[in-house]
Amino acid sequence: MAISREQVEHVAHLARLGLSDEETTRLQQQLSQILGHMQMIDALDTSVIPPTAQVIPLHSVMRDDVARPSASNADILQNAPRREGAFFKVPPVLE
Amino acid sequence: MALTDLTALQALAELRAGRVSSEELTRAYLDRIDALDQGLIQAYVTVTPELALEQARAADARRRAGEDAPLLGLPMALKDLVLTRGVRTTCGSKMLENFVPIEDATITSKLFDAGAVLLGKTNMDEFAMGSSTENSAFFPTRNPWGDLSRVPGGSSGGSAAAVAAKLAPFSIGSDTGGSIRQPASLCGVVGLKPTYGRVSRYGLIAFASSLDQLGPLTADVADCALITEVISGHDPRDSTSLDVPVPRYLDALTGDLRGVRLGVPKEYFVDGMEPGVAASIQAAIEKLRGLGAEIGEVSLPHSDYGLAAYYIIAPAECSANLARYDGVKYGYSAPDAETMWDGYYKTRGRGFGPEVKRRIMLGTYALSSGYYDAYYLKAQKIRTLIKQDFDRAFEQFDALLAPTSPTVAFGIGSKVDDPLAMYLNDVCTIPVNLAGLPGLSVPCGLSDGLPVGLQVIGKPLGESMVLRVAHAYEQASGGPLTRPELAASA
Repeated sequence: MAISREQVEHVAHLARLGLSDEETTRLQQQLSQILGHMQMIDALDTSVIPPTAQVIPLHSVMRDDVARPSASNADILQNAPRREGAFFKVPPVLE
Repeated sequence: MALTDLTALQALAELRAGRVSSEELTRAYLDRIDALDQGLIQAYVTVTPELALEQARAADARRRAGEDAPLLGLPMALKDLVLTRGVRTTCGSKMLENFVPIEDATITSKLFDAGAVLLGKTNMDEFAMGSSTENSAFFPTRNPWGDLSRVPGGSSGGSAAAVAAKLAPFSIGSDTGGSIRQPASLCGVVGLKPTYGRVSRYGLIAFASSLDQLGPLTADVADCALITEVISGHDPRDSTSLDVPVPRYLDALTGDLRGVRLGVPKEYFVDGMEPGVAASIQAAIEKLRGLGAEIGEVSLPHSDYGLAAYYIIAPAECSANLARYDGVKYGYSAPDAETMWDGYYKTRGRGFGPEVKRRIMLGTYALSSGYYDAYYLKAQKIRTLIKQDFDRAFEQFDALLAPTSPTVAFGIGSKVDDPLAMYLNDVCTIPVNLAGLPGLSVPCGLSDGLPVGLQVIGKPLGESMVLRVAHAYEQASGGPLTRPELAASA
């Protein structure tokens, strides 16, 4: 199964992943090989099989809506790469 | 006998009898880490000597005051994806190289509440993606067995090597597709992936949320039972955590297997399995038969599809989970980002290593428009079939026996250029995660001087049976595998 260079670039864009030309070339080859192996699942007829997203018998677990202590502003900002005052600082969103 | 030769239960007996203090025990481990870790085994990304000694002294003070707790004064190592407040938690990634959590994971709190002492954080494949620990952004970890040229397995390779090299009496790992069991097998220690939901995932850095589960790596099965009991239980902070009582797992270790029905799935004896591994597994099965267990063959017909389904589902979940690394709230952030979008590309392009990028790409592809039904939905349907295979097998059997890994530890560097070959390592462990079952690897001898692991797979919440079978085997085979001797090199 061959993945095109354009497909690799498109998927990298969807994932917001900056790739070098060399990485794109290597991933094109590796993804083609791996997805080629995955194609073995096509042989299995699953038309009447329901999907399983998770395996435990729990659905929509609810809890009481009770206020609890939360992390402080200082804690939350402690690992921020850039901050200004009590805020995260980000590059310009709109040019 | 050195203090670091003791199992966790033996060390606790010494502590309780007052024959050794936690400070002495902790220092013995810190000294051994000093001598053997850096430049040799390289199991630890971060060692925490000050914290360890502070916790050890506190444990000694509590014991002097007449207190006890299940692990009071016992040292441990945590895989570096378990959050530890104030202690750097890297997940084996440049992305989190300087990340210092502001709170403990639930498992960390439970272990600290039980009195355990943190020696440090162990090396791993970046974001737990890998089977050799070579995908760590920092350095590879060496398998303590043989000539130190082999991988410890992965992704919990640091946790397995730490126990095998007696650099910790026990450790915690995580297992998404075999990442506790496979390194336990390759390093000759015991490793348990509990039932999905048995152990809280709160504060475990997420890889694939429907598959991830935390569990112990230990020197023997009794230690494994002890630690599993401490870390299990319901957690309101994890909505997938099961609200069911935790058994006393040590009580399950009866040594008696009479009438226990053990199935051997024929599909797990795969092409490419090393003859020495197959021979060790067969010998272990015969030993269990000799103990009175009823052994029978069973078929899990969709096993062949498990690997493909896993390498669609796990990357799909990873691509969603790792979307959070945007360079804004924590972690690496490209300093030269010109716009928000430019920042995302640069931060993620530089912060993630090759395997993580590969998985994000695979997962994003499988979830993308036009491919969702053919890949992701189809993989979820295969997951149903795999679960049904196990359900049918457990109508006949109390537990299943299989190899953990088709090979013994392979050479560092021997598979790094072939991602698909690396993925095939996980063929015997992956279906267990897809079905959410407990799976344990117990050493069952050596092949070419390297450990082989027997995998015992249980019903949902069947940890007691899995531990009972593994323990009976361990006792009948002359006790736990002796860990290798290591000499400090200059």
